[in-house]
Amino acid sequence: TTADFAVKTHIWTDDWQVHHLIEGSDDERKHKKLLEAIGSMGGRKRKKQNERSEASVQVSEYFVNAEGTGDKVNLSDLLGTVEKTSGASNKTKKQLRNLQSSKETLELPLNKQQTEKVSAEFSVQLLVSCWKNIILQNQKAEQMVFPLNQESSGPKRVEQVVAGWKVQTPLEQEIFRLLHGSRQPVNDPVLTPVEEQSLKAMSLEEAKIRRAELQKARALQSYYEAKAKREKKIKSKKYHKVQNKAKRKDFLKQFDEMVKTNPEGALEELKKMELSRMEERMSLKHQNSGKWAKSKAIMAKYDDSARKAMQEQLQMNKDLTQKMVVPSDDEHESIEEGLETVPDFVNDPETVIDPVNPWMRGQLTHEEPEVSCVTAEEVQTAEEENEEEEIIGEFERKRKLRQVVEEDVVEVSDKEEEDEDEEEDVSEFNTLFRLMRSEKTREGSNQTRGGLNTAGEEDEEGLLSEGQIRVRSIEDLEVLDEVVEPRAIEEPSAPQTAAAEATSEPPHKKKREINLKEVLTKEAKAVRLPFLPTVVDEEERDEQISIIKEAFAGDDVISDFIKDKSRQEAAGRPAVVDLTLPGWGEWGGVGLKPPRWKRKRFRIKTAPPPPRQDQKLPDVIISEKRTASVASHQVSQLPFPFQNTAQFESSIRTPIGSTWNTQTVVKNMTKPKVVTKLGAIIEPMVKEDFIKSKTTALWLLEIGHKKFVFSVLGIVGLHVNSCAFCL
Amino acid sequence: QRRAIPFTLGVPRNYDPTLHPFEVPREYTRALNATKLERVFAKPFVASLDGHRDGISCITKHAKSLSTIISGACDGEVKVWNLPRQECLRTVQAHEGFVRGICSRFCGTSFFTVGDDKTIKQWNWEAPGYGVREEPINTILGKAVFTGIDHHQREGTFVTCGQTVDIWDEQRSSPIRSFSWGVDSFSCVRYNPVETELLASCASDRSVVLYDTRESAPLRKVIMQLRSNTLCWNPMEAYYFTCANEDYNLYTYDIRHLDVPVTVHMDHVSAVLDVDYSPTGREFVSASFDKTIRIFPKDKGHSREVYHTKRMQHVICVRWSADNKYVLSGSDEMNIRLWKANASEKLGLLSAREKAATHYNKKLIEKFQHHPQVRRIARHRHLPGDILKQKRELREMREAQRRKEQNVRKHSKPGSVPLLTEKEKHVVAVVE
Repeated sequence: TTADFAVKTHIWTDDWQVHHLIEGSDDERKHKKLLEAIGSMGGRKRKKQNERSEASVQVSEYFVNAEGTGDKVNLSDLLGTVEKTSGASNKTKKQLRNLQSSKETLELPLNKQQTEKVSAEFSVQLLVSCWKNIILQNQKAEQMVFPLNQESSGPKRVEQVVAGWKVQTPLEQEIFRLLHGSRQPVNDPVLTPVEEQSLKAMSLEEAKIRRAELQKARALQSYYEAKAKREKKIKSKKYHKVQNKAKRKDFLKQFDEMVKTNPEGALEELKKMELSRMEERMSLKHQNSGKWAKSKAIMAKYDDSARKAMQEQLQMNKDLTQKMVVPSDDEHESIEEGLETVPDFVNDPETVIDPVNPWMRGQLTHEEPEVSCVTAEEVQTAEEENEEEEIIGEFERKRKLRQVVEEDVVEVSDKEEEDEDEEEDVSEFNTLFRLMRSEKTREGSNQTRGGLNTAGEEDEEGLLSEGQIRVRSIEDLEVLDEVVEPRAIEEPSAPQTAAAEATSEPPHKKKREINLKEVLTKEAKAVRLPFLPTVVDEEERDEQISIIKEAFAGDDVISDFIKDKSRQEAAGRPAVVDLTLPGWGEWGGVGLKPPRWKRKRFRIKTAPPPPRQDQKLPDVIISEKRTASVASHQVSQLPFPFQNTAQFESSIRTPIGSTWNTQTVVKNMTKPKVVTKLGAIIEPMVKEDFIKSKTTALWLLEIGHKKFVFSVLGIVGLHVNSCAFCL
Repeated sequence: QRRAIPFTLGVPRNYDPTLHPFEVPREYTRALNATKLERVFAKPFVASLDGHRDGISCITKHAKSLSTIISGACDGEVKVWNLPRQECLRTVQAHEGFVRGICSRFCGTSFFTVGDDKTIKQWNWEAPGYGVREEPINTILGKAVFTGIDHHQREGTFVTCGQTVDIWDEQRSSPIRSFSWGVDSFSCVRYNPVETELLASCASDRSVVLYDTRESAPLRKVIMQLRSNTLCWNPMEAYYFTCANEDYNLYTYDIRHLDVPVTVHMDHVSAVLDVDYSPTGREFVSASFDKTIRIFPKDKGHSREVYHTKRMQHVICVRWSADNKYVLSGSDEMNIRLWKANASEKLGLLSAREKAATHYNKKLIEKFQHHPQVRRIARHRHLPGDILKQKRELREMREAQRRKEQNVRKHSKPGSVPLLTEKEKHVVAVVE
């Protein structure tokens, strides 16, 4: 019956219908009677709803009917008089006429459950959305000082201090009455009542702004709804085809980006594509075997458009059945890396780590990718004007320069030697060296450093290592070191193999070794001479040099060095393993050599090791062995927040102590992240302190999110409905 | 002895890097020393307050005074403590049976207690004069046992939980609103300290329910695999809360996306009974049935600190002091313990040089935190044998479960056994 009712109460504005109703009302009545007669014949008595036989307290609205029951109510019936009245404005009349001519029926509002669900969803979002920026800001802040919103520590105004004070004696009362009666401020900065009132009046304007915003929101909502409905209603196949095509194109574009940014998502999409391809191949939907295709094929001879359509379809088939290009190994790697850089240690089932069992060492990662290093950079960029910074920059430059110099220690020494030494050997060596050096400088930085891989990422970073050893003194700590040390020494094997990989592979790979040399110690066995200009007189220096000459007169240091180096190189080269067994499968005996094929087959050559680091440095021997004593102090893997080794190295290289930096710089660099005041209670955030400026957000919260939600989501329909008459 | 150099004079110093070589090795050595000293000075235990005659069931801080706390015991006794003097100021026999919850009024003039005797009592913070009997200001008789109470941050309303979650006006003796969702009992209810109209409660049907006090029905709830015991809102980040679960873990949720917790904090080896955020909102402390308390950074999955003593039994309640310096824990064996929140921190006022040195050391440790020696020393904690054993056991079990699941996946139709992350595993459903 409700549907019936709805139909009845609908406002039929169609002109034709009105006419029809007026003319055919007699017929309809007859028809109805006939129907009733038929109904009564059926045995089951039909409920008679039209009549009220007796008065009752509760009257259902469904049983109330006007005299002309069954007639559909007309807008003109209700408002017929308006046309005639002179008081109604033309505008109103026009609107009414428009309303009459419009054919649309109104959409049903959402049902109650849906509305409630949406409102709950919305309310939570709305309630906390205003905090997003503040929270983000606080998380990124370099330093937070608690309690927040501290009162200024300076002297307070009188009226602040005496806020809680109350008038007590009659004299005071008298005075206060006088003072306040004048409506003048008692103390300077306090507003006069008039001013306060004017301030209050300001809120009206604010309210207006807010109302406008609300209207806008409502309008937007209705626009979107209308748009969606409109688009949904379009029946044109062509339109949808075009739309779909556009969507597909868009998607392809997005997919390219997705491969770079969101490899996981891209993979999923790829899978979907694969699926659609399979479906196409199975169904052959776009092949020319369908009914439509056959008819088109006949038409195609004569009709250009049909031909085009055919071609399009075949193209579609081609597109769909085309096999997706399997991403190359490179891409795979990038995906894997992407996965690794999306850290989620909780997801790893084997987070629990056994200090003894190396297989249990899982990948542990962080939640927060940005850590102090980034902020440090920010500081540097932000305060570039600062003089201190300039000084630091200079120092840094010098430091780097010095490191370069240190690398070329021998070069300096050579120059010194060059002046005096005329020995042939040395000069020859020098020319060779210079040649090599020029080569080296040309190559510059693209010399790949041996790389450790970051694949292991990082083990158990956040985990405490809990054990039964109590630490009470420094000695205990030393013991602790020794106890756990063996594990550290186990590690090196993996990094070294990784180093080999890194050197053999192109430099675009991310996984790289940390140059341990820069991180901690320098263990080059190079011949070192002091790089600092020693403050010695020329004569003394000459003397010294002559003494040194005398002392090493018999030694041929340089040839020794060269020999030493070649020996080390030879030791590093892999030996050929001969596994030939003479006599197997042939005659054996004294003087019989195994045949050539056999020797060839069973002599196993191992792959040559990666080129030595000192290959092109004639004056340096770089030992590539890891010394255990140093290794235990060195970082073997790139720590998580850092993207590459250079970043990490630079973070380590910059000293923060007062030995190297000026006082203010040290203060800046070492300032703690969280500062609390001693003995102060840290209150939770107060909304009003933080979200004052954002009127909209606050307003939404103040007015009551619920009302807003309803007005936007639920009542739009109703609202329009009820306003149809007063437009 | 070193003479202080007047600051105004300044010390001329040449910062030319060639004059100060080996900066990295020197700083590394300093960092290593700082780390060692940090561990050596890590003495977190400050004091123990004894006097209760039964296990401590709840602790609350005074809203306006740092030095005052109240504790409720399982025998219905409530004690007011002075922390700096480490003594009990006042003892009240508040309830028959357990004191289930205490909360302080925001103005710091009175506090509320609820107990097993189905009453809510409001007490004055001021002790009555000599010879005057301890009487509550106000007593409300309820229909069922109340299990928790929390007071609004700025208004005269409070909320209790038990059979239902009720919101009370201080002036009335019947709740102005009560929520229930199914027929569960609730174990904990907390106001959001920032968005003061929001409420969250832990129900015994393993769910955490969110409410808006202005609405007539609860907003939504998330059902987990095991029950949450308590929860605590982040006082600085309005939409995060952390709940302490029976499955040994803590879960931090974002109320906008309840379907997956933001972080799973795991380290305890037994049910977690209580959790409280530091007032800075950066960390929280959790108390567990495994006789330890742990401090977690809010966004890390593992704890940065674990506290335990030989005599401390199951820790039932824990609170972080309002000045971010101390942690209070109440345990089964009738003692309240006061811990430093930062184990190696020096207490009291520091001179400027001391302060600078501590900041420098902290920064050094942070800078070299990835170096194996530094890391190893900084991470080392002593743990009693039985807990260690339990930990190993638990690890074994988890490993076995993982293996099992892997095998099942291997031998079933691809896709039929989905690969769930640790975060997704523990949430059963979100109901709206």
